Amino acid sequence: MATKPKQLATGDRTIPPPDAKMIPIYIMGKEYMVPETITIMKAIEYAGYKYIRGCGCRGGICGACATFYRFIGDYRLRTGLACQTVVEPDMIIVQLPFFPANRPSYTLDNIEGDLHAELRRLYPEVFKCVGCGTCTRTCPMDIDVMDYVALMKRGDLKGAALKSFDCVMCGLCASRCPAQISQFTAAMFVRRLYGKYILPKAEHLKKRVEEVKSGRYERMLEELRDKSVEELKKLYTEREREPDLSEPGKWLPDDKEHL
Amino acid sequence: MSGYTEELKRLIEKVEQTRPRRLEQIKRGEHYPQLTMEQREEWLKKYHPDYKDEGRRKISVGPNAGQTFPGEVAALLESESRLNPDEVDLSKADCSVDVLIIGGGGAGTAAALTASEMGASVILATKLRHGDSNTVMAEGGIQCADQECDSPYFHYLDVIGGGHFTNSPELVSALTNDAPLVVSWLEELGMMFDKLPDGRMKVRHGGGTSRKRMHSAGDMTGAEIMRVMRDEVRNRTERIRVLEFSPAVELLTGKDGSVAGALLYNLETKEYYIVRAKSVIIATGGFGRLHIQGFPTTNHYGATLDGVVMAYRAGASLRDLDSTQYHPTGAVFPEQNVGLLVTEKVRGLGAQLLNMDGEEFCFPLEPRDVESACIIRECLEVGKGIVTPTGRIGVWLDSPLIDLIHGEGTVRRELPAKYTQFKRYNIDISKEPMLVYPTLHYQNGGIKIDQWCETDVRGLFAAGETTGGVHGRNRLMGNSLLDVLVFGKRAGKSAVEYAKGVEESPEPTLGHVKRFHQELKEAGIESPQKGPVLLPDYTPEHVKERQWLQAGL
Repeated sequence: MATKPKQLATGDRTIPPPDAKMIPIYIMGKEYMVPETITIMKAIEYAGYKYIRGCGCRGGICGACATFYRFIGDYRLRTGLACQTVVEPDMIIVQLPFFPANRPSYTLDNIEGDLHAELRRLYPEVFKCVGCGTCTRTCPMDIDVMDYVALMKRGDLKGAALKSFDCVMCGLCASRCPAQISQFTAAMFVRRLYGKYILPKAEHLKKRVEEVKSGRYERMLEELRDKSVEELKKLYTEREREPDLSEPGKWLPDDKEHL
Repeated sequence: MSGYTEELKRLIEKVEQTRPRRLEQIKRGEHYPQLTMEQREEWLKKYHPDYKDEGRRKISVGPNAGQTFPGEVAALLESESRLNPDEVDLSKADCSVDVLIIGGGGAGTAAALTASEMGASVILATKLRHGDSNTVMAEGGIQCADQECDSPYFHYLDVIGGGHFTNSPELVSALTNDAPLVVSWLEELGMMFDKLPDGRMKVRHGGGTSRKRMHSAGDMTGAEIMRVMRDEVRNRTERIRVLEFSPAVELLTGKDGSVAGALLYNLETKEYYIVRAKSVIIATGGFGRLHIQGFPTTNHYGATLDGVVMAYRAGASLRDLDSTQYHPTGAVFPEQNVGLLVTEKVRGLGAQLLNMDGEEFCFPLEPRDVESACIIRECLEVGKGIVTPTGRIGVWLDSPLIDLIHGEGTVRRELPAKYTQFKRYNIDISKEPMLVYPTLHYQNGGIKIDQWCETDVRGLFAAGETTGGVHGRNRLMGNSLLDVLVFGKRAGKSAVEYAKGVEESPEPTLGHVKRFHQELKEAGIESPQKGPVLLPDYTPEHVKERQWLQAGL
């Protein structure tokens, strides 16, 4: 049975089929009927709102659409990203497009010696965490925020950097913290400390940078720029391919002249 | 419990019925015949949005008059200003700066950091929040020839071959030469690259690479790059002023046509600001949110071609803007995954594309553009697509085959992110197929630049997805993050050097807009659309019908 559809939903606008089940949701307390199965973000647009704030990548990675919600008759406060959370009947929704955070300025290059002391100097409030765990329960990315804060307190900066890596910096944790910690900005600082001072540097990259700066590749690239499409096609099809399972830094091509 | 509706579950039964037969065929080494070169060309012409005449038209104004573009792009290239240029009072500037950067994604932010390092005063004006961009959405990685077996020479060959030899040689040369410089710069900024214990970068192959040179930070490389750079900007507030929710809506030019700044628009208070600048960088990103020919997109909310529209009015010529990258397999179900990219790896591991009868209709590993054409044909011409509860159409991507071919657990091991993204909505992709359709992924062309990011307009520079030439008519994975960094930094440097040679920014005018409006009139273009559009419009029809007081706005 072949059916050529007449009207199709295009772009991000939702066109519900005529028999779609409509459910009530409460956007900032006001009731709207929206089709089930769509996300909070699309439901808010379906209701007629046009986003300026509170909407970003629409793919769960930018942290623009942090959202609080409760269900009628349920005391629990829940959180999610509006672009990733499906609407359910009787949801009472408010978004948190922005939340003020403490973010002291620093000069990454000038941090010497004790990294943990620097964290203590910039973010003393981190060390006043009361361990309530609200941040962890609040995180829409399922990060164990309280755990990485504990690692920070203990001086395990590597652990804190790795544990906080999935953070989209939406600010929901900070909005609920009784100790008034801005966990996500402190974590950003710790990740940069880890990336710069704890992760070992790539020696092969350093060497290649020196080669580029010495102008080593300028002649080779010039040679390619001057080639005809036919000549390039030949070089392209004849180029060797590094085997998928070669050990890093071990395999070398036959053409060593252009390394 | 399955996340699929009853109706879709009934259609999945058909897929399950044909699966044993298809598995036997795979085991015998049989596969659906590939299209011949002639068929490829015919199907591309008939069904690929880039080749179809339908939905595309010639434009008749500006530097690229006479060339053909997708309708949505053409309408904006022939759009009129949001403002009446005669009513704008430019006598008092709100601020004056060395370098104005329009766009706060990867390219704009790299430019701001570079310009500030050279001692310039910078305003970075961005439409949404600082960092809201396609950069944050790039998962795969960033290419850089830094291994012993590799060099910019081989990277160059991969890039230009992948672009079907249509790229600008000088831009490819700059891209590949600077790659080690920018990756090292990111390392110094404290980016958490995936590394081996001794510090060596972990590298992988990507589609079309001859060497393993894909560098990554988990599966959120772009987000990590963006948050590190943005954090550094916040350490430099004395030199870089960030204006969020303040898109530029028009460039300002001097009497001689050189750039003089821009008009910014506060989206929240609806005020306009006049910023005078000695040089301007356009880094506004791509056009996915124009939904060319109605396609869903993987792009960020703000990807609406703004920079190209403004630069075009000021006299900047464009290249390859008629070329769009469609990824053949974007998710169309469930609704919250719409536009989500389903990586090519799924088909590489053996998943087949199937129609509503559970039957194959194409070879699953045709080139991206051909594969997209096959899916579109099956849905819109043959009429055997599957319609979702939210009115979308797609075909099955039969991922359960993967575990049957390679053994239980392969899907979870090889595709952990995809597995989780569907599992969240009660769809186990190792047991149930996915629904997919081509999705708008990348703006291949844009503003024409040289290797130092100069446009045709004096004092105006551009970098990133808003430009054309770096990738030709097809981009390889891992080169877009590299593009925004290499050319963002180059644009920053060029803009500062240019600004140093300018005593004072030219007296600002909207002369170029007046001339452009005149051109529209002479070309007989009646009541053109207003542009740039700034944000996509997702208001549903039932709401629009009731917004009658705003009719015509």
